[in-house]
Amino acid sequence: MTRTHPRVGPLTSSGSTRDPLDIDALLDDRRTGIIVCCGSGGVGKTTTSAALALRAAERGRRVVVLTIDPARRLAQSMGIEALDNTPRPVSGVEGTGSLDAMMLDMKRTFDEVVESQATPEKAKQILENPFYIALSSSFAGTQEYMAMEKLGQLRRDAREAGSYDLIVVDTPPSRSALDFLDAPERLSSFLDGRFVRMLLAPARGPARIMTAGLGLVTGALSRILGGQFITDLQTFVAALDTVFGGFRARAQQTYALLQAPGTAFLVVAAPETDALREAAYFVERLDEDRMPLAGLVVNRASPAGMGSLSADEAMTAAARLRRDAPSPTAPLTAGLLRLHADRARMVEREVVLRARFAAAHPTVPTAVVPALAGDIHDLDGLRVIGELLADQAP
Amino acid sequence: MSDWPRVRLHVVTGKGGTGKSTVAASLALALASQGKDVLLCEVEGRQGIARMFDVDPLPYAERRIATGLPSSQDERSAGVVHALHIDPEAALMEYLSMYYRLGRAGRALDRFGVVEFATTIAPGVRDVLLTGKVYEAVQRNSRNRGAIEYDAVVLDAPPTGRITQFLHVGDELAGLAKVGPIKKQADTMMTLFRSPRTAIHFVTVLEEMPVQETADGIAHVREAGLPVGGVVVNLVRPRDLRAKDLAAARKGELDRAAIGSDLASAGVEIADDLVDGLLEEARDHAVRRALEDAQRKLVKGMGVPHYELPRLAQGVDLGGLYELAAGLRDQGLA
Repeated sequence: MTRTHPRVGPLTSSGSTRDPLDIDALLDDRRTGIIVCCGSGGVGKTTTSAALALRAAERGRRVVVLTIDPARRLAQSMGIEALDNTPRPVSGVEGTGSLDAMMLDMKRTFDEVVESQATPEKAKQILENPFYIALSSSFAGTQEYMAMEKLGQLRRDAREAGSYDLIVVDTPPSRSALDFLDAPERLSSFLDGRFVRMLLAPARGPARIMTAGLGLVTGALSRILGGQFITDLQTFVAALDTVFGGFRARAQQTYALLQAPGTAFLVVAAPETDALREAAYFVERLDEDRMPLAGLVVNRASPAGMGSLSADEAMTAAARLRRDAPSPTAPLTAGLLRLHADRARMVEREVVLRARFAAAHPTVPTAVVPALAGDIHDLDGLRVIGELLADQAP
Repeated sequence: MSDWPRVRLHVVTGKGGTGKSTVAASLALALASQGKDVLLCEVEGRQGIARMFDVDPLPYAERRIATGLPSSQDERSAGVVHALHIDPEAALMEYLSMYYRLGRAGRALDRFGVVEFATTIAPGVRDVLLTGKVYEAVQRNSRNRGAIEYDAVVLDAPPTGRITQFLHVGDELAGLAKVGPIKKQADTMMTLFRSPRTAIHFVTVLEEMPVQETADGIAHVREAGLPVGGVVVNLVRPRDLRAKDLAAARKGELDRAAIGSDLASAGVEIADDLVDGLLEEARDHAVRRALEDAQRKLVKGMGVPHYELPRLAQGVDLGGLYELAAGLRDQGLA
C-alpha cells in the first residue's frame, strides 16, 4: 500500500465518492509504525485505539497501546488499572502477535524528563518548586506534551530492544483538537518567552536587560500575587533554564517523528455537528503541518433501519393507528412505527452530516462504526469494534 | 415551581459528548422568563454559544442573544438571555485596571508577555480570572452603574474532571500565590461558590462511563464543600413502548401476525421484510432501553434531583433549545 499525502480542502474534482478506510491494510503494512488517534472529547478515541491495537496484535503485529484515560472496566480487562507508566502485557490475545498496554501518568512522565535532563540536585530543586508542581499536574497542554514525550520514549525503546513494531496512541480529551499539536510548541515558546528570558536575566549576570520595565513588572506582580510568588517563579525559571535545551530538542524530535513516514493519524469523530466540525478542522490542521492522515473514523453511527418505509410514512401510519385503534395491538404497532421514524430521521441526519464532511474533504478515507447497544469493557467487545472498523463496504 | 429558587449561579458541568453546552443554553432560556435577565457564560474559548444561537462570534462583552422562554400563561412574559465569552487575557487586563489602576505598569505587563504568561502557565491564576468575572456578574448590584443586574447567571463550565479544581480556586492557588490580593480575591469567590446561592449541575447520558463519572464528580464536589445541584440526564431515547412490550421485544416474542394486520389496516404497504425490520429494530431498542434503565437506577440512587431531556432526532437547533428549555422548566430545574 502506498500512503500518498492526502490532499484536503474543497477540491475541484467532483463525482468522487468517499473511499472506505481499509483498516486491515493499514495494520498489516509493516511500514506503519505509529498510529495516532485524535479527535474531540467523548467520541470514543480510547475504545478505537484499544480495538485497533488488539486487532493489529491478533493479525501478528507486536503492539503497544498508550491510553490516556480508559474506562475503569476496560482498563481492568486490559490489566492496566495500575497507573505505573510502564507497558504491561495484555493477556487473552490470540495469534502470534503480542499486545502491551499502558496508561499515561502525566506527572511521572514529566518528572522522568526532568530527572533525565538535570543533575540530581538540580532535579530535586525543580521537582519541589510550586510552579513545577502546577505546571506538571495541570498546565493546559502538559498532558498532550507528555503523551508525545512518552510516544518518543516508547519509540526509542522499541528501536533499541526491538520490542514493538507498532505503537498505537490515544490522545488526551483536549478542549480543542488543536491543543495536541500545539502543546510542544506552546511549552517551548513559553520557556523561550520574553518574560521568562527577562526573569532569567539577573541570574545570568550582566544587567543588560535590567531596564526600568523589569522593576515595574515585578513590582506589579508582587503587589498582586505576593512577594513569594516572584521568588518561587525566579527559582523555577532559573532551574528550568538549565534543562531547557533538552526540553526543546525533545519536543522537536517528537514533532518530526509525527511527520515521518510510518506514522498514521486517524481522526475520530461522532456523527454530530460539533464533533465533525472539530474533525474537519483537525484534518486541515494535519495537512498544514504535513502530518500523514490515514483517514476518518466515525463512531457511534445510528444503525440504518431496515425496509424502505420513510419517517413520514411511518408517522402517518402511527397516527392513523392511534386514532382508529383497530386492534388491541394497535398502540404497540404505532409505537414501533414511531421508533422506526425516529431512527430513520437520525440516520438521515447523520448521512447528511457525513456527506457534508465528504464534500469538503473528498479524499479522506472514512470508516463508519455503528453504535453498539452496550459499553465496551472486554477484549471480546474490542474484537467486535475491530471487526466493524475493518468491515467497510466500498 | 423551581427546585432552586435561591440559586443565582447555575454551574453546568458534564463529561465531554453529553451535551453540557446545550443544557446550559436551554437552562438560560428557561430561567429567562417572567421578565428576568439571565447571563450565559462560556469560559473554554469554543464560541459554542454563538454557534448554538446562530450569532456572530462573541466578544469579551455582554451581548443580548435571545428572548427567554415565555411562560405558558403569558406570552409577553419572556425575559432576556445575554451571553458572555470570557477570555482569560481580557479578564486579566480588566481585573488589573479595576483593582489596581496600574497604568503604565499594566501596559508593561502586557508588553513583557506577563499577561500571556499568567494566563497559560499559572492555571490557578487563569481559573481565578475566569471565575472572577462570573463572580462579578453574580454579585453586581445597583452600585455598578450602567451594568445589567442579572437575576441568574448560567456558567457553561469545564468538564466534570476539572470542575472542582476550576471552582475550588483556593487550593489550586495555594502553592502559587500564598498571600496577596489574588489569594484574597479567590477566598472571597469561594464564599459565593460554597453558598446556597450556587448550584453545580451535572449533565450525563444513560451510559456506563458518563454515569460513573457523574457519581465520582458529585462525590468530589461534595468533598470540596461545594453545593451539588441536580443531574440532567440528556439524550434520552423515546419511550414509545410499554414495559411488557419491551420485554417481549427483547425475547423476540412480539406478535408478528397482529402487527402485520395493524400495518395493513393503517394502509401501510407491507413489503416482505417490513415486519421483520420493525421487530429487529424493536429488539435493538429494547436492549438499549434495558441498559438505560439500569443506568437510570444508578442516577436515582445518587440522591439528588434529576431531570431528563429527550434526544432530538433532528439534532439541536434554536427551536430545539426552546423545546429542551420547556422540558427543564416543567421538571423544575428552572
